Amino acid sequence: MKRAARDIMLAERHDLQARHAALFRPRFGRRALVAVVIASLAALALYGFWRLEFSFDRLGSGAAQIAHIIAMMFPPSPGSQLPLFLHALAETLAIALLGTLAAAILALPVGLLAARNVVPNIFTHFAVRRFLDAIRGVDVLIWALIFINVVGLGPFAGILAIAVSDFGTFGKLFSEAIEASDKRPTEGILSTGGSHLHAVRFALMPEVFPVIVSQVLYYFESNTRSATIIGIVGAGGIGMHLTEQIRTLEWDKVSFLILMILVTVAAIDWLSARLRLAVIGRTSVVV
Amino acid sequence: MAGAVLHLPAEQREQALAAYRAAVAAKRHRLFLGLAILCIAVGLAGVVGEVDIVKFYGNIHRLPNYIWNIAPPLSWASLGADVAEWFWNLKDWLRLLVDTLLIAYLGTLIGFIGAFALCFSATANLEKHGLVRFVIRRFLEFCRSVPEIVFALLFVVAFGLGPMPGVLALAIHTLGALGKQFAEVVENIDMKPVEGAIATGASRVLTIRFAVLPQVMSNFASYALLRFEINVRGAAVMGFVGAGGIGQDLMEAVRKFYYSDISAILLLIIATVVIIDLVTERLRHALIGLEHRR
Repeated sequence: MKRAARDIMLAERHDLQARHAALFRPRFGRRALVAVVIASLAALALYGFWRLEFSFDRLGSGAAQIAHIIAMMFPPSPGSQLPLFLHALAETLAIALLGTLAAAILALPVGLLAARNVVPNIFTHFAVRRFLDAIRGVDVLIWALIFINVVGLGPFAGILAIAVSDFGTFGKLFSEAIEASDKRPTEGILSTGGSHLHAVRFALMPEVFPVIVSQVLYYFESNTRSATIIGIVGAGGIGMHLTEQIRTLEWDKVSFLILMILVTVAAIDWLSARLRLAVIGRTSVVV
Repeated sequence: MAGAVLHLPAEQREQALAAYRAAVAAKRHRLFLGLAILCIAVGLAGVVGEVDIVKFYGNIHRLPNYIWNIAPPLSWASLGADVAEWFWNLKDWLRLLVDTLLIAYLGTLIGFIGAFALCFSATANLEKHGLVRFVIRRFLEFCRSVPEIVFALLFVVAFGLGPMPGVLALAIHTLGALGKQFAEVVENIDMKPVEGAIATGASRVLTIRFAVLPQVMSNFASYALLRFEINVRGAAVMGFVGAGGIGQDLMEAVRKFYYSDISAILLLIIATVVIIDLVTERLRHALIGLEHRR
């Protein structure tokens, strides 16, 4: 049946073309644009492959190595270091929790400062926003590297790194949440003679708090992910063991550690989703 | 007007007030319970995370010191020479920054191609085989759950040092992330064009080309640009594990306490990231505009 409809249409093609000339007319301008875009993307890619010294030899031998490594990964096993790994995992969660919390507490006043409807000073607004952008431009691993110099190796550097890098994100997200809030409750408080601080406490906070909590929970999950890797530069957590086991080519332990990370992240994901729903209710999931 | 305020009978008012107080008390109760749990968790985390407030207080002055140290010695009298001295290695750093951008670009491109190839098979509306869908979805999930830097660590061992493992690591992570987002976009399309295409006897590839792509392409491009933005940040730290880009130089500067180099490289990275953000934001808004015009 399908065939038949298609055949009929193909037979009547010229007739159709005559009736809907505009639809059948090839759009050369658009096609040329697409061709140019694709050609330039491909040219840039070729240049990149050349410049970054890609070679099929390396790709081939590397792929063989990968296959070998994957074969060595099974079965995953912690060896005799399970307690050590579990402690590192707990450390990872601690880093994520404290880092996220510290960032949220620090970012709340800054979020207010960066919100146009709370501080209607365009210079403050602009300066705070750019400052937050600069902080967000630096990856959490870089912050970790810097804080190791300041407070030494260990999980505390990781906590500070996550706190600072999330401070930038939270500041922006909170200020956006505050700017998106309804201004009528604030007007109500002000009209009854309340101060601006009263307005923030009794009109703004009840409205934006659930949104803020949901964002914090969401970032707690993503920070668990970050906390697993900052150990790579020595800032505590399970990443340190991961690097060490990869360096010493203990592949069964590596795969065990990766499994531990995946399970933990999935568990935190589940937990934070549940808590988010509990805080903001099922109907309005805002992330 | 004041006389118009409604006064409830005392008994009814008491009832309403009691109900109100009970509701508020229940809310407070839950709040305090939550806070208590949070406090316990924080306490535990503090112990496990080796947080030492006293030590922190004693060492906090080192942070401003550090910032002061990495700030370059600039003076008005010889500003030009000072800046030149600060960015003494600018040529090499710019070369590494271009490498970093190319790593991000290639990683995004390869990941995009992979995600594009797989995403249609991960959707409920275009893939009829439950098993295929399940396998591809789990594969995408795996790709995006393992942090890219972990892939980079593995690939550095397999492929050797250099930008290639960095590109591949970013590509795999991008494949997972974009694959999921693309599949969600495809699941939200209008199915009428698809039915129309299938009714004319179009093959799977033709259906996707003429019924699905026109609906999703601008969204795909927008997500890819956003991912490129994220990958630029990711590529900047690939050098930490020996996977190319500017990260290597930054790590060396930090480890060896080349103070003014740290701030110079950081500034370059931040400037690059901000510029890329602005450009991609522009492009994405243009794409969204395109979408609305159609």
